[in-house]
Amino acid sequence: MIIIPQNIIESIIEQAQRELPDEACGLLAGKENEAVKQYPLTNIDHSPEHFSFDPKEQFQVLREARKEGLQIIANYHSHPESPARPSEEDIRLAYDPDIIYIILSLQDKQSPVIKAFKINNGKSEEISIIQKTV
Amino acid sequence: MAKITVNGKTQEIEDNATLAKLIVSNNISQPDMVSIQLNEEFILKNDYGSITLKDGDTVDFLYFMGGGQ
Repeated sequence: MIIIPQNIIESIIEQAQRELPDEACGLLAGKENEAVKQYPLTNIDHSPEHFSFDPKEQFQVLREARKEGLQIIANYHSHPESPARPSEEDIRLAYDPDIIYIILSLQDKQSPVIKAFKINNGKSEEISIIQKTV
Repeated sequence: MAKITVNGKTQEIEDNATLAKLIVSNNISQPDMVSIQLNEEFILKNDYGSITLKDGDTVDFLYFMGGGQ
């Protein structure tokens, strides 16, 4: 389970819509399983079908979060035209077993769908997202 | 022994341990997919075996993150 404030979820959706047709991506920092801060990152692939983080930005975010006493607990990316489930490529490239993988689907532009997963050893398991009203 | 900081946490390592050894002792299962900064400088993969760590060093491991729909 991961707890995400509603304003962060709304902000992820706004970023994903703004970056269409490309996939959008970023990191969530927090404590244990509660996200408190969103860090939008550059999709250096600039692609509607792929994303990669810029390692330089990743390190910057890691340090910023650490300074605030937070840890990176999740990454997120959007699927502009497919469902909110990890693709084969998402699973293949999920190297960090400790992080939560969040996927936002904009397949239905009027009703974005956001889901969270743990991915380990080639297997994904959906976990619940608790939206926290702030 | 030397005290270093790895991903924000203090670790004790043997004197003159290399980055390559640190990767093994930290159970990094896919080292090819990890970027490493030593004292905020990127380190080339070819140098992992030759760089020795010293007291007070700060090491950050970051997994590559990417995917596709």
